[in-house]
Amino acid sequence: MSESHESYSSHESHKTNGTHATNETKTVGQLNDELLSSLRPPTRRWYLLAFFLGAVVAWGLFAFTWQVTHGMYVTGKDRPVMWGFYITGFVFWVGLSHSGTMVSAILRLSRANWRRPILRAAEAMTVFSITVAGLFPLIHLGRNWIFYYLIPYPNQRGLWPNFRSALLWDVTAITSYIIGSSIFLYLGMLPDLAVVRDRSHGWRRKLYTVLAMGWRGTAREWVVYHQASTLMAALIIPVAVSVHSIVAWDFAVTVVPGWHSTIFPPYFVIGAILSGVAAVITLMIIIRRAFHLEEYLTPLHFDNMGKILLVISLLWSYAYFVEVQTTWYAHEPIEWEVFSFMANKYTFLLLLMLVGNSLLPITAMCFKRLRRSIGVMLSVSLLVNVAMFIERFLIIVPSLSHKNMPFIWGSYRPSWVEISVNIAALAGFALLYTFFAKLFPIVAVTDVRELEVREARVPLGRAEVPTVAGEE
Amino acid sequence: MEKMTSPYKWGMVIDLDRCTGCGACVVACQAENNVGLCDKKEIAEGRDMHWLRIERFWVGEYPDVRVRFLPVLCQHCHDAPCEPVCPVYASYHNPDGLNGQVYNRCVGTRYCGNNCPYAVRVFNFYPHDWPKPLDNQLSPDITVRSRGVMEKCTFCVQRIRRAKEEAKGEGRMVRDGEVQPACAQTCPAEAIVFGNMADPQSRVARLSRSPRRFRLLEHLGTHPSVYYLKGGGREHV
Repeated sequence: MSESHESYSSHESHKTNGTHATNETKTVGQLNDELLSSLRPPTRRWYLLAFFLGAVVAWGLFAFTWQVTHGMYVTGKDRPVMWGFYITGFVFWVGLSHSGTMVSAILRLSRANWRRPILRAAEAMTVFSITVAGLFPLIHLGRNWIFYYLIPYPNQRGLWPNFRSALLWDVTAITSYIIGSSIFLYLGMLPDLAVVRDRSHGWRRKLYTVLAMGWRGTAREWVVYHQASTLMAALIIPVAVSVHSIVAWDFAVTVVPGWHSTIFPPYFVIGAILSGVAAVITLMIIIRRAFHLEEYLTPLHFDNMGKILLVISLLWSYAYFVEVQTTWYAHEPIEWEVFSFMANKYTFLLLLMLVGNSLLPITAMCFKRLRRSIGVMLSVSLLVNVAMFIERFLIIVPSLSHKNMPFIWGSYRPSWVEISVNIAALAGFALLYTFFAKLFPIVAVTDVRELEVREARVPLGRAEVPTVAGEE
Repeated sequence: MEKMTSPYKWGMVIDLDRCTGCGACVVACQAENNVGLCDKKEIAEGRDMHWLRIERFWVGEYPDVRVRFLPVLCQHCHDAPCEPVCPVYASYHNPDGLNGQVYNRCVGTRYCGNNCPYAVRVFNFYPHDWPKPLDNQLSPDITVRSRGVMEKCTFCVQRIRRAKEEAKGEGRMVRDGEVQPACAQTCPAEAIVFGNMADPQSRVARLSRSPRRFRLLEHLGTHPSVYYLKGGGREHV
């Protein structure tokens, strides 16, 4: 498989890496059949999976209801540590949502053609993970039933939310990102929806007819589509960067030792991309296995994603080093106390975090053989995400446990409610994804086909020339 | 510091030399402000509801050991870290320099509690109830809070309001010593003194100019309204 790629990408006139093994005999219909195989009627295994995930989500809902009816005391939060697993989950899922922008928009603008088979999966992941992330602050509230106080809505009392509060910036940023990334996902899906509309019947046909908005595939539609998606890709990147910087400001604008640090915004964004890239790799492996897309998601993709993981992991390690370094150099006793408390009490978690986020990806991703091995990539990407969750936890809890006055130092242990809600969030994300994969094309069919067309060569006299000169 | 829009600037001085750590202020505060009663389990979890707590620490080496007490309540900072972080303006600054809390507005993000360097903001974790005879002594001047909100010391704002209204009716300013929060009223050693800092002749203003004065975590730039007078005689000079 990989050899066909290398021969393919070695065309001198093409800078592209190629997406999959071209097979001249494959017709458009066959290609559609293969790429849209995920839309076939659900199997028993699919139902079992959906049922299992649904059960986990139901358990999480039960835990949440328990918390609402009983009170916040069912969580492990306490006087010095007022934030815990919920905010950890929030920061983690916001971080995960950066993958779609990273893979789809940044790689689109940098014209990396190998992104094409994975971009849809990554974009969908963005939408679902930011949705899941947005739920956490609401779950976390002491009085969830009046969450709308956080929204600036006109009311007779003339009350507005406090625009100086970083939490309000959170609400704004997350809402923008949910809307922006949904539009980005939907816009990119438009031609694909037309393809599935033409091939489906029954209620699905009605659904896709509405969603495809009368797409016919005229030349003008394509021109507008390309302009719109490039514009959207350029616009979504600053939003993505701002979303996670704002989440970092939740911490950085406070006077809590260990949080009050200028490195936080870039550090959080890099951490977000690191977990996002790792999650895309995990997802690629699952989708490849589930929908038999071995021909489209080749070791080449894992190789490239591994290189990105390596670079981001190096950046993350540097940011982490800077954070510790500045604290060590200043040696402010209160701040240093937070760090030594973290190192003493959470030694295991700290080591796991450093291995998972730094040591392992940096060493493993240096080797081409390892980058191309599915098993290695799966274990590395899973460990990166576990380590990233731990990282978020270690940012939040030790700082609050050992704040300014030694009298009120405390500790935190998550309760069963918080753990259940966090697991249910993972299950809910997977459930949304499972439904999405059955309902919409999980591989961007038109984007893959577009590359096919672009890379097809037509004879012109004695020479062979590409059919289309360049992208966009 | 903000520009003053009121002739009052309420402040407190706590003389640590006089404090014996008896805890009368804690009980008085609890009774005055309808602070929730906690059972053994809640207190063991560290979810006690005191708005005012007495920290205890030891000074000196054995056998010459002395115990010191530090009553810690809301410091009513003029640049309060809790205020800008509250997304719904539940934590606000009133013209008298008090750091107010609107319980009905609070949604319970607990952001203010995290950002308070003195950790004096108390989150109401439990639905509290007052057993039979105690429910009769709930103060009608102050709300009984529901669970899920952040509570805190208000310098007994209900008493301040009443005193200001009475003074206004008589067309004068509130006299020095006319209004006292429950803790100051109850303190048997008169360690807690409350009054108008904006009046340089008030007792509290005179005490706050003492060479023994200090404020908690002053390096953070929060400008608290609570002054402490250094205690301990010899070993602290």
